[in-house]
Amino acid sequence: MHSIYNFVSGPLAWLAFILFIGGCLYRLISLMVLVHRKEKFIYSYMSLKYSLRSIFRWSTPFATENMRRHPALTIVAFAFHICLILTPLFLLAHVTLIEESWNLSWWTLPEGLAEIMTLIVVAACVFFLVRRLVNPEVRYVTSVSDYILLAIVAAPFITGFLVYYQWFGYQTLLILHILSGEVMLVAIPFTRLSHMLFAPLTRAYMGSEFGGVRHARDW
Amino acid sequence: MTEAAVKEEKKITDEGLEVGVQNLTAERIQKVINRVLKGESGARLKAYVDTCVHCGLCSEACHYYLSHDKDPQYSPVGKVKQTLWKMLKARGNVSADFIKRASEIASTECNACKRCAMYCPFGIDIAYMMLTVRRICHLLGVTPLYIQDTAHSHAVTMNQMWIKDDEWIDTLQWQEEEAQAEIPTLRIPLEREGADIMYSVIGPEPKFQAQLLYQAAVIMDVAGVDWTMPATPGWDNSDMAMYTGDNEIMGRVKRAHFETAARLRVNRIVMGECGHAFRSVYDMGNRWLGWRMPPIPIVHAIDFYYELIQNKKITITEKFKEPVTLHDPCNVIRGGGLAEKARYVVNAICEELIEMHPNREHNYCCCAGGGVINCGPPYKMTRMDGNRIKAEQLFAAKSRGAKILIAPCHNCHSGLEDINHHYGLGYEIKFISDILYEVMDKPA
Amino acid sequence: MLTRIEWDWEPGSREIANIGQWQKKFNWIEEPYVSPNGERIAAIVNLAEGEFNVCVNGEAWETVFDKIWHLRFAPDGRLAAFVSEMGEWTVAVDGSAWEHKFGYVWDMMFSPDGKNIAVAVQQDMKYSMALNDVVWAETFSNMTNPTLSPDGSRTAAAVQVVDFSEGQIHKFQEGVFTAALDGKTWDAQFVNVWRTAISADSQNLAAEVRLDLYDYTIAVNGTPWPQTFDCVWEPIIHPQNGAVIAPVRTNGKWFLAQDGQILWDRKFVQLWHPMVSPNGHTLAAIVAPKYGRWTMAVDGRPWRVTFKDLLTDAVFSPDGKRVAAVAKNDARWLMVVDGAVWQNTFDRVWQPIFSPTGETVAAKIERNGKYSLAVNDRIWHQAFDAIWNPVFSPEGDKILLRTLQDDIYTRHVLPIEEILR
Ligand code: HEM
Ligand code: HEM
Ligand code: SF4
Ligand code: SF4
Ligand code: SF4
Repeated sequence: MHSIYNFVSGPLAWLAFILFIGGCLYRLISLMVLVHRKEKFIYSYMSLKYSLRSIFRWSTPFATENMRRHPALTIVAFAFHICLILTPLFLLAHVTLIEESWNLSWWTLPEGLAEIMTLIVVAACVFFLVRRLVNPEVRYVTSVSDYILLAIVAAPFITGFLVYYQWFGYQTLLILHILSGEVMLVAIPFTRLSHMLFAPLTRAYMGSEFGGVRHARDW
Repeated sequence: MTEAAVKEEKKITDEGLEVGVQNLTAERIQKVINRVLKGESGARLKAYVDTCVHCGLCSEACHYYLSHDKDPQYSPVGKVKQTLWKMLKARGNVSADFIKRASEIASTECNACKRCAMYCPFGIDIAYMMLTVRRICHLLGVTPLYIQDTAHSHAVTMNQMWIKDDEWIDTLQWQEEEAQAEIPTLRIPLEREGADIMYSVIGPEPKFQAQLLYQAAVIMDVAGVDWTMPATPGWDNSDMAMYTGDNEIMGRVKRAHFETAARLRVNRIVMGECGHAFRSVYDMGNRWLGWRMPPIPIVHAIDFYYELIQNKKITITEKFKEPVTLHDPCNVIRGGGLAEKARYVVNAICEELIEMHPNREHNYCCCAGGGVINCGPPYKMTRMDGNRIKAEQLFAAKSRGAKILIAPCHNCHSGLEDINHHYGLGYEIKFISDILYEVMDKPA
Repeated sequence: MLTRIEWDWEPGSREIANIGQWQKKFNWIEEPYVSPNGERIAAIVNLAEGEFNVCVNGEAWETVFDKIWHLRFAPDGRLAAFVSEMGEWTVAVDGSAWEHKFGYVWDMMFSPDGKNIAVAVQQDMKYSMALNDVVWAETFSNMTNPTLSPDGSRTAAAVQVVDFSEGQIHKFQEGVFTAALDGKTWDAQFVNVWRTAISADSQNLAAEVRLDLYDYTIAVNGTPWPQTFDCVWEPIIHPQNGAVIAPVRTNGKWFLAQDGQILWDRKFVQLWHPMVSPNGHTLAAIVAPKYGRWTMAVDGRPWRVTFKDLLTDAVFSPDGKRVAAVAKNDARWLMVVDGAVWQNTFDRVWQPIFSPTGETVAAKIERNGKYSLAVNDRIWHQAFDAIWNPVFSPEGDKILLRTLQDDIYTRHVLPIEEILR
């Protein structure tokens, strides 16, 4: 058991982070190369002003027509993404681990808050799941991969939560948690979760086209 | 309505598609799909496909979806699923029937209006993806007959309506004569090299709506504009090749247009009230040719009237009395930012503007655009059923008092005319120029 | 007609006509045109409803027509226009109408020496061409892209040889167009035939064609090149060696091809208007080396300087050593000579004109609503309501400038030094 833990939290974690960071860089760079090779004209329309205008607008809750049309989803989606990114980054347990290895540490979330944020992520995943099952327009474009992705995202939060409460076997769960966390990290660059990487780019492009060329709002 | 009746209605025969699919082989389909998806397209398509989280949030942007009781097949992403996703997944290994259906979806169930691009949280451009599907269908020779014929017309005559070189000039001279009955010294100056403005129109004007040339000539004359019209091909700014995916012909037609303006050495091209033509000269055709922006600035009629009224080149005798509502054509509002100028002009010439909702960038497309009306009679019901929401929107404006519907775009005009009849809305539909001509101060 | 050497090259200004005085005689006068030697100014004038004439230096033509349009001076100084009488159209040269009458006439073309006048004609909805009042024996149900050979002896066009009705897309796609030289058609038919080029010896005809909806190539005397491309632009025929040269597109990029083979070792975002220098040694074309950047490529090498909006009106100097063109950047018009941009910028500038030796470049320019002359980047101090393109004296030491100011048409002969001073 201990050796599995050592492996999962040691070399495998390294591998996961390397794949995550390397993968993200690879996806971004290869997209840029593709633009460079085939659609260089895109650069000539990019405008910093309108890129930022669009990104800012779409990062503000209820700032767009469609967000106002779907208030519940807007709240859930924002809460989900904020908690999804902040929780693991500022989790006491995570920061402690890092401090032990590299003597690096930063501000951490109060435990209670982290707990709530974890639950928010899990609840949001349930919301997304229900939406997928219930809304015809979402169900129509849903494939198995969408459910798998939801599971991949939910898993580290569920397992992490369980570890925290040490409800079942701590060791096993911790290993499962770490594994699921690693799977999620690796999934980001290589699945549709890569929207994290591309969202700023597609937004910047549409923002530039709408603002700079079409002189219209894109929200 | 019974299930069978629905099926019946859906069965459209279109020789362009029927004959087209007969000539397909599995290898050809695969080769063409891969040529377009792997060869011609690049980062945009890839990012759009990889980024889409299948959230369905674009659905409510689309009038087809809204008009079909939220049938997900008509949602923007639903159309991508039925076309591009399958092609990508099967690596081009799809059947001839699949191509036929893909052509139908891309050519007649999407107006390429880009409303959905404003609803997708990532700004994914589904119109672009539908045009990519059309490009594939074009290269496979599976395009609806009527619009394909129009693309042939563009290829031969450089205009949309098979108008021969002489017929164009003859029509201008005829309208000049007509207008001289009203203003004896009025001219439609042909080939006046070095004029300030080249006025350009779309093929249907000389063919069916010559009175619009007349009105434009009167407006130019009264405003004292230094203008000209070419007596050569290149006068037509319209472009259905852009919508069939025949980019090469699009480029050829736009080259003729811009080179004609450059030859006449005009400062600007002013164009009539047309949406898709604006897109073609401002956004699509110029880009295919390598021009980042139009080499000679393009001024849409709305913008031009705005300028004439603001500079008092044209004054209004008495404003138009009946309450009007204004349809915002996607291609010049969402595509050209003319929403406020359109309102300035309409308010300057009409007593009362009753806004329809939604409006400006968020207006619903007329369902004629993107070449759909140009696919001809077989698809009329596709447009009528596909835009019930527009009828509801117009009806609401009507119940608040609007009597006249202003549609400053040719396609919108024809498309709304059909909707007006089909749903019995009882509007009279006008171009801005119809009203401007009527209310402007003219020499007695 | 006097040759250019015999024109009045005495320096000084001479007032030719006051077109303001014509206004009184006529309902309206249309935009004036001036003869190459500057001695005459002419305009279409309206006498009454349905009565038009041409006024030259104050004198009207003898015949009054129902309608006149497209008045132009030929390079040899003859004055031609399209005229209509009793519902029929023809060409009138210096006031006398051609024998042949047509349903319509348009697209007037002059040979460089001005001796030949070609037009496109329509009679009873049938199309053909006429050269110096001689009409093709064959007629066609449609005709586009009329051309006159370099020596002015032959005419060509793209013509429709099979009837089809609108909507018969598959019949159309079998190929219903071909090219005709003096009315004689090629045997082969194509989906489309566009611009044609006639060789210097008038024996060969090349055209850009589309074989089906997707494959483009160049056909020479009816035989397509064995190579096909994704698109092509207008061919030219080398005046000395007869090679056919045209821009071609493959894999989204443009190349210059000669007789089907790629010629220059570079690809471009755009490449068009290929041209051969008068001595036949140099090839040049307008190109976009990058998206949204335009310049000139001479023998395949683009100029270093590029422009955002447009590059147009490129010309070789008579000795073929220099190239000048008009460019546009952010609404300012520029003159570029051999890749060097003039310091002066303009509201508009017209085609550059080289002196016979190629040393000097002159052009009509517009600044602040007034027109003037620029020579080697110097702007002449006088500006006018209107001017016409400058003309160099045979020695290239003087410029003939034709100007209109306050309705007074004046002919100036300016020694070059006076402008360059
Ligand atoms: C290399 C990978 C990872 C390691 C080594 C790791 C390790 C840990 C450890 C040791 C804990 C604390 C358990 C306890 O309280 O005793 C924990 C908790 C947690 N981790 Fe991770 N983790 C990893 C990746 C992730 C990822 C990728 C996520 C989410 C995106 C995540 C989310 C959580 C959450 C939500 C908790 C529980 C917090 C709470 O409820 O208080 N972890 N993790
Ligand atoms: C920071 C950059 C990110 C941006 C801008 C972003 C944006 C979005 C947007 C716009 C949506 C669409 C619909 C909605 O609002 O629910 C979405 C959905 C989603 N995102 Fe993100 N996201 C980001 C990062 C991430 C990351 C890092 C993950 C997980 C690893 C993730 C997982 C999800 C999931 C699971 C959904 C829901 C899909 C569904 O409906 O089933 N996102 N995201
Ligand atoms: S019709 Fe308009 S809203 Fe609907 S899918 Fe096409 S572009 Fe999007
Ligand atoms: S809104 Fe955008 S991300 Fe969501 S399904 Fe539509 S296209 Fe895909
Ligand atoms: S026809 Fe009009 S409303 Fe319809 S797409 Fe074009 S511009 Fe939009």
